[in-house]
Amino acid sequence: MLIVENLTKRFGQSTAVDAANFTVEKPALIGIIGRSGAGKSTLLRIMNRMTDTTEGRILFEGRDVLSLTGAEKRGWQSDCAMIFQQFNLVPRMDVVSNVLHGTLSKRSTLATMFNLYPTEDVHKAIDILDRLGIAENAAKRAEALSGGQQQRVAIARALMQDPKIILADEPIASLDPMNAQVVMDALRRIHEEDGRMVVANLHTLDTARRYCDRIIGMRAGRIVFDGTPEQLTAGVARDIYGADASFNEGATSTAIDQPIAVPA
Amino acid sequence: MQTLLGDGPRPVADIRSDYLGAMRRKRIYGGILLALFVALMVGGFDLADSRNAGGFWSGLHRIFDFPGEVLGEAAEKIALLPAHLVTYLPALIETINIAAAATLTGALFAILLSLLATRGLAKWPRLIPVFRRVMDIMRAVPEIVIALVLIFVLGGGPVPAMIAIAFHTAGALGKLFSEVNENADIKPVDGLASVGATWSQRMWLGVIPQVSPNYVSYALLRFEINIRASAILGFVGAGGIGYELKNAMSWGQGKYDEAAAIFILLFLSIVLVDQLSSVVRHKLTEGRAA
Repeated sequence: MLIVENLTKRFGQSTAVDAANFTVEKPALIGIIGRSGAGKSTLLRIMNRMTDTTEGRILFEGRDVLSLTGAEKRGWQSDCAMIFQQFNLVPRMDVVSNVLHGTLSKRSTLATMFNLYPTEDVHKAIDILDRLGIAENAAKRAEALSGGQQQRVAIARALMQDPKIILADEPIASLDPMNAQVVMDALRRIHEEDGRMVVANLHTLDTARRYCDRIIGMRAGRIVFDGTPEQLTAGVARDIYGADASFNEGATSTAIDQPIAVPA
Repeated sequence: MQTLLGDGPRPVADIRSDYLGAMRRKRIYGGILLALFVALMVGGFDLADSRNAGGFWSGLHRIFDFPGEVLGEAAEKIALLPAHLVTYLPALIETINIAAAATLTGALFAILLSLLATRGLAKWPRLIPVFRRVMDIMRAVPEIVIALVLIFVLGGGPVPAMIAIAFHTAGALGKLFSEVNENADIKPVDGLASVGATWSQRMWLGVIPQVSPNYVSYALLRFEINIRASAILGFVGAGGIGYELKNAMSWGQGKYDEAAAIFILLFLSIVLVDQLSSVVRHKLTEGRAA
């Protein structure tokens, strides 16, 4: 389904992503872990075509998505939704409008300026908000919502695109533990109920272990681990983060209850 | 929240119809505003056109006659162009000199005025409105009026032009600088106040380093505008390239090739300032990051 081949991104002298290779056969919830600067965000941005690659290919259903341009590239971007750490909503616009932005790749600029969206799209947007439990806030400005609610609006925008893949760049790094759980549960549900592929950069190991089907570990741009949550032992985690024996993931865990070893 | 307060969540159908209703209302308001805007533009144009001495439509096709004539004549005498460029270079330098001196003096006054007129930074907060009105006056008086008065008093030459432009520049830049100051981070200023620094020390060390890249870019934009202003003041006797342009542009003298040369010189000097601006700004922001 998705094949990443020899993907490399260099910024001047430094290499952000170094010959990354992986293959995904069927939709899964994939977590990418690694310390800051390991190239996780760059990898996602390349997949969404927000950043261009230096070398390598990404094949999705047999098509090289990195060679697309113009309307075809925008078409790919609408198939491949992105969720950001800081939500990246338009703060002064209402929640439904923000969700409707998910259809922008199919709308003309003029229709957008006059806020002309089809009624069925508005209905669909409100239904998606209802599914995520925030339909009550439909008419509020995005900036008036809490962080967890804003992230759910961002997920609703992603769902509005009806994407095949959802990329989530540190979706819970700005949220408190309770909201983080709500957002991760939502991503898990989207994967299970809709069968969409979700690729999420995560900064906490317990989240990755609990929610993901597969975990990819990156260190200094290279993929150094690719396996199931069970295979991600404390020793492997130390290698990924380049930490010594004093490293204890429990020390900064954000889980409300005790971390569990096996995913639910 | 709703469930905590006791009433159940509203059904989705309600939310849908409420939102669509609000959206329809907004669209109607937007449509009315757009229709009003178009009506005013059309109506205003008709009124303005009826007051025109000649008539807009009858004169429209002649808009390119003058530029065409200038370019035509310049093209005929293209061989003379390099010589003209050299001839008028000293006049251009005089014009740029007037603009540079005026921008520099004006900007220095503008910095002082802007700091005195910014809430949170002002030395005498109660006098902020006074300094704001002073800057308004400086902007309101056209520089050509000041120049004409000063030329009458001091006689023709570059000094009256310089003063006139500097006066206007201080008001215009003061407003822009004060908006930049408002966005400056107040924390370093507080830090300096805590060690007992005077107002001028706090401004010099706490504010100026933060805002200088923006100051420079506004000042260089103003420099561009002032080059043009100083060229215009040449028309009323301030010397420089404006005087030469006035002579060359007068109709029927067959000097359009010289006018074209002067336009090229003005264009080149604007390009130069623009390039200079990006280089200086880049250096300032880079220096700040390092």
